Amino acid sequence: MNLDSKIPSGAIGEKWVNHKFSTKLVNPANKRKYKVIVVGSGLAGASAAATLGELGYQVLCFCYQDSPRRAHSIAAQGGINAAKNYQNDGDSVYRLFYDTVKGGDFRSREANVHRLAEVSCNIIDQCVAQGVPFAREYGGLLDNRSFGGAQVSRTFYARGQTGQQLLLGAYSALERQIGLGTVKMYTRHEMLDLVVEDGRAVGIVTRNMVTGAVEPWAADAVLLCTGGYSNVFFLSTNATGCNVTAAYRAYKKGAGFANPCFTQIHPTCIPQHGDQQSKLTLMSESLRNDGRIWVPKSREDAAAIRAGKKSPNDIPEADRDYYLERKYPSFGNLAPRDISSRAAKEACDDKRGVANTGFGVYLDFKDAINRLGQPKIEERYGNLFEMYERITGVDAYKEPMQIYPAPHYTMGGLWVDYNLMTTIPGCFALGEANFSDHGANRLGASALMQGLADGYFVIPYTLGGYLAGLGLASAGKNSPESPAFKASLEYVKERTSKFLSIKGKRTPRSLHQELGHIMWEACGMAREASVLEKAIEAIPHLREEFWKNVTVTGSGEELNQQLEMAGRVADFLEFGELMCRDALARDESCGCHLRVEHQYPDGEAKRDDEKFAHVAVWEYKGDNVTPVRNTEPLTYENVHFAVRSYK
Amino acid sequence: MSNEGRSYTLRIWRQKNRNTPGKLVDYKVTNISPGSSFLEMLDLLNEDLVAKGEEAIAFDNDCREGICGMCSLTINGIPHGPERRTTVCQLHMRKFEDGAVITIEPFRAKPFPIVKDLVVDRSAFDRIIQAGGFISVRTGGVPDANAIAIPKDVADVAMDAAACIGCGACVAACKNSSAMLFTSAKASQLNRLPQGQAEKDRRVLLMISQLDKEGFGSCTNYGECQAVCPKGITLDHIAKMHRDYAVASFKNVFGKVL
Amino acid sequence: MNGILRLLKSSVGKKYLMAITGTILALFVLGHMLGNLQYFFDARWINAYAHHLQHLPYGLLWVVRAVLFTTIVIHIVVGVLLTLHNVQARPGYEVEGTVQASLGSRTMIWTGLVLLAFATFHIFHYTVKNVQDFSSIPEVNYISSVTPEGLPVVETETVITPDGNGIIRPVATPNVQAIMKTGFSVTGYSLFYIFAVGMLMLHLSHGVSSVFQTLGLRNEVWRYKLNCLAWLYAVAVFAGFASIPVSVLIGKL
Repeated sequence: MNLDSKIPSGAIGEKWVNHKFSTKLVNPANKRKYKVIVVGSGLAGASAAATLGELGYQVLCFCYQDSPRRAHSIAAQGGINAAKNYQNDGDSVYRLFYDTVKGGDFRSREANVHRLAEVSCNIIDQCVAQGVPFAREYGGLLDNRSFGGAQVSRTFYARGQTGQQLLLGAYSALERQIGLGTVKMYTRHEMLDLVVEDGRAVGIVTRNMVTGAVEPWAADAVLLCTGGYSNVFFLSTNATGCNVTAAYRAYKKGAGFANPCFTQIHPTCIPQHGDQQSKLTLMSESLRNDGRIWVPKSREDAAAIRAGKKSPNDIPEADRDYYLERKYPSFGNLAPRDISSRAAKEACDDKRGVANTGFGVYLDFKDAINRLGQPKIEERYGNLFEMYERITGVDAYKEPMQIYPAPHYTMGGLWVDYNLMTTIPGCFALGEANFSDHGANRLGASALMQGLADGYFVIPYTLGGYLAGLGLASAGKNSPESPAFKASLEYVKERTSKFLSIKGKRTPRSLHQELGHIMWEACGMAREASVLEKAIEAIPHLREEFWKNVTVTGSGEELNQQLEMAGRVADFLEFGELMCRDALARDESCGCHLRVEHQYPDGEAKRDDEKFAHVAVWEYKGDNVTPVRNTEPLTYENVHFAVRSYK
Repeated sequence: MSNEGRSYTLRIWRQKNRNTPGKLVDYKVTNISPGSSFLEMLDLLNEDLVAKGEEAIAFDNDCREGICGMCSLTINGIPHGPERRTTVCQLHMRKFEDGAVITIEPFRAKPFPIVKDLVVDRSAFDRIIQAGGFISVRTGGVPDANAIAIPKDVADVAMDAAACIGCGACVAACKNSSAMLFTSAKASQLNRLPQGQAEKDRRVLLMISQLDKEGFGSCTNYGECQAVCPKGITLDHIAKMHRDYAVASFKNVFGKVL
Repeated sequence: MNGILRLLKSSVGKKYLMAITGTILALFVLGHMLGNLQYFFDARWINAYAHHLQHLPYGLLWVVRAVLFTTIVIHIVVGVLLTLHNVQARPGYEVEGTVQASLGSRTMIWTGLVLLAFATFHIFHYTVKNVQDFSSIPEVNYISSVTPEGLPVVETETVITPDGNGIIRPVATPNVQAIMKTGFSVTGYSLFYIFAVGMLMLHLSHGVSSVFQTLGLRNEVWRYKLNCLAWLYAVAVFAGFASIPVSVLIGKL
C-alpha cells in the first residue's frame, strides 16, 4: 500500500502556502466539464459541495436523510475553535496547532494540523458572512469561551447549538447552489458501493431509499464525507442512521483504513435506562465546572440505591467517594474526558455504580447550589437541567444527576494524504470520515473546525490539483455503463436480495445490540489483549449468525428501514472486528486508547513513541482473510514528545 | 419513578405508499419502561412485528436528541405530542398513563405527501430555502468576522429564529397547513443581520412566492404553530416577515426589486 | 412579473387586503354602534342623526355606501378564496387536536358568513324596509337643535305649492327611534340580531388582533395586550349593539 503522505516541503508555516501555489489549477471554463460526487451533507459534505458548485464543477450530492440539513453535525453543542486571538490572550495559529498535536497525543500529522489551525480563522469569517448568529458581546463583537481545558478562549459558539448553526450555514450555501443548478441533490439515497476502474474511483452505486432503485453514478472524483462510526457500539451519541458503510465500502475497494480503534468516549452522557434504550444523549461537559462526581463508598449503599431502597440524598458525606477529586486532586472533576470516563467505568465495574442498570455515577450540584444559590445555577445550566428532567423525569436541583460515558466521536477513519485523498486515487475523505487531524484524541470544539476546514478551504484546492492532473480529455467521460459499474450494481442487488431471502429469526437490531455489547466491553474505554482476542473470535460467529439467521421484512422496492438497518449492521459486523484488531495491534496506550497493560501506576496512559509513533493503516485482503497492517511513520519536527499529566 | 412496564393500545396510520389509501391499525405494546422514549416504544413494536414476520412501521428519526428535525409524528392530533417544546424523540412514555390509547399519524399537509406509513416528504422546505433562505456569499473573499459589529440583542433575536430545526410541526399543526412560521424564521434571521440586509427584499418576495407555489395554506394567526414548535419560535417572526414583505412589495410595485 | 400582480397573487398580499378591509369594517361597526346608542337619548337625537346621514351633501351618502360595499365585497371574496385555498392545503387528521387556537380564530369563515346573511337581512329590514311594514309609524318634525332655554328648534322648509304660493312648513323625517323599537319588538328579529352581533363579537375578537399581526405591528410583548384589546373592542361593540334589542325585549315583559 502506497502511503505517501505528500507533505509539502518547507517550514511548517509555509507548507500550505507553497502547496496551494504549486498545485495545478483547472481553468474556470473547464471546471464545468468535471463531475464530482459528494457523499454526505454534514459540515464537510455540505461545505464541499457548495464550494465546488460555486467554483463551477458539476456536483452531485447524496445523503440518506430527507434533507441535507439533518446531518448529524447538527447535534454538536459546544463550539468551534479558531485562532483569531480576539481575546488578546496569547492565542495564535501556532498555539492552536501545538495544542491540537499535543491533545492528539502525538498521533496526528503535524502538517495537516498546522493547515487546520491556519484556515480556522477563515472559517469564522465565512460563517459570519453567511449569517451564522454567533454569540456576541454588548459591543457587538464576537464572544469567545474557553473549552476543553484550553488555556486560551478561542471557542466561538451559538448558544448550545453551534453545530446546528454552522451546519445550517453550510446548508444554506448548498441550497443556494442547488437553486442555481450547480449542485444536484439526492436525498434519501444511500451509497452502497464505491466503483473503482483502472485503480481510480469513478463513481458510486446508491439505493434510492424510497423506490428501492439501485443506480450507478459516474464522476471524475468521489468525496466521502460520511462521518464517524461510533454506532458500532450500538449505543452512542450518534444519530441512529450514522453508519460506516460508505467508508467500509471504500476500504473493501482498496482504501486504507487508519487507526480504527481511536474512538472518543464522552464522560457526561445520560445513562441508559434499560434494554429498551436506542441511543445516548450527551450533556455539555461544562456541567463538570460546578458538579461534583461521586459514587457511594460501599457496594451495599449502591445496591440499595439501585433497588430504589435509598435515595442519593440519604448517603451522608462520609460515605460518598468523590473519586476524581481523590485520584486527581489538582484537576478533580475537570480531569480530561478519557480519564473521567475510565474512572466512572472503574467505579461501576467495582459494583458501586448507581442508576437502575448499575452503570451510572452521580454528578452532584448540591454544593454549588449551596455556594452560589439556585438562581445562579439555573442561569448557567438551566437548559441542561431542563433537558435532563425531560429525559429522565428527575429534578436535578433536588437530586444529583446521573451520568455515564458514551462513545461519541471517532478519530480513526479513511487514511488520506495531505490532499485528503485516500489510497484510491480520485476517492477523497473529508471531516470525521478521515483520520488525519485529531490523532488519538480530539480536543473539544475541534470537530466542527475540521469538517468545515476540509470542505471550504482544503478540498477546493487539492481536488483541482487531482482533476487537472487527469487532464481534460477524460473529463466527465466515465460511463456508468462500464463493466466496473455493472459489477458493482450486481453486487449491491445481490446483497440486497440476500438480506431479504434469509428469513431467519433474529432482527437486525438485536444483532446490532449484541455486537455493541462485545465492542463496548472489548474496545471501549479500557482495552486488554485477552479481551480483544476473545472479541476477535466472537465477532465472526455473530457475523455468521447474521448471515444465517437474520430476518428482514418487506421488499427491496420500497422504503424499507429494516433493510437499510440490516445493510449497516452487516458492515458493522465486519468493521467491529477490524477495530478490535487495530486495538490489539496497538500495544501501547495513547490518547483515548488505553491498554490496561500499559499504564503508569496512577492509571495514566503510557505511550510507546518508539514503537507506535505511526499511523496504522489497514488494507483489505479479502473476506475472512486477516487484513494487513501498514504504517505511516509520524515525525514531529515542531512539537516535541511529552507526557501529559493531570495530577 | 416506577419502572414497571406499561401497556398501551396504539392506533397507527399504515399506508403502503403515496398512491395507496391508508388506514389506522391497532397494535398492543406491553412491558414498556416509563423511561423509554416514544420512538423506543415504536422500536420495540417493530421488533415484535418483525419477529412475527409482519412488516415494520416506517417512521422518520435520526439524531434522537431533538435537533435534527427528522422525527415527525402526530400524537393524538398534536404534532410531536402533548409535551410543549419537545420533539417526539425526546418525549418519554412516563407522560402516558398505563393502558392509554394513543393515535399516531404522520405530519399531514398537502405539500407533505406521505411516502410510507408515518414518513412524509418535506422537500418543499428545502425548495423554500433554495428560493432565498441564504446570504449570497462565496467561500473566501469575505470580510473579517469582527468587521461588522452586530448589537447583541439583534444577534440574540436572530439566534432565536435560527433555532428552527425544520421539522414541519408548524405546518402539521396549522389548520391551514401554512408554512409561515418556518419560512419567517429563516427570513427573520437573515433580514435582521446586517450581512443579510442587502438582499432582504428579494429574499422575502422569492421565499413567499415559492411557499405559495408549493401549495401551503395562508396564515390566519391561529398560533398553533408556535404552540407546537419544539424550539419555541414565536409569531414575532411572522409579523416581521409581514412587515418586510410589505416594504418589499411597495418597492417592487413602485420600483423594481425583481 | 408585474409588482402589483405579484402582490395580489401572493397569499400575504391577500392577507393585507383582509387586514385593510377588515380595519375599515371594524371601524364602521364601531361608528355604527355609537350612532345607534343615541337610541337611548331623546328621540330627536337619533332622528336628527339619521336625517343628517340621509342628507349628506354632494351625494356623499352614496360614496360612503359604495366604499363600504366594495370593502365588504373584497373582504368576502378574498376571505372565501383564502379559506378554500387553506382547506385544500390540509388533508385533515383522523384525530384532530387543538392546542391553543381560539374559538374565534377557528370560526372566522362561519361567523363571517353569518354576518353576511345578517347584513343582507338588516339592510332589507331597516334601510329598504321591505321586511316589516313600518308605514304606520308617522314621520316627525326634524329637530336640529335645542335653544339655550331648552326649546326645540324645528327645521322648516319653504315649499312652492302648485298654485305658486310659497308656504313654510316643518321638515318631516322618519321616526327612527320608533322604527327601531317596532322592529325589535318582534322577538324573532331581536334574537337573530343579538345572535348576529354575538357572531360579530367572535369575529372581531380574532380579527382585530389579527390586523396587527398581518400588518406586522405586533410582537410577543404586545401580543397578549392586543388580544385583550381585541376582546375589549369586540365586547364593547357587542354590548352596544345588543343593548337596544335587549332593552326593547325587557320593555315588552
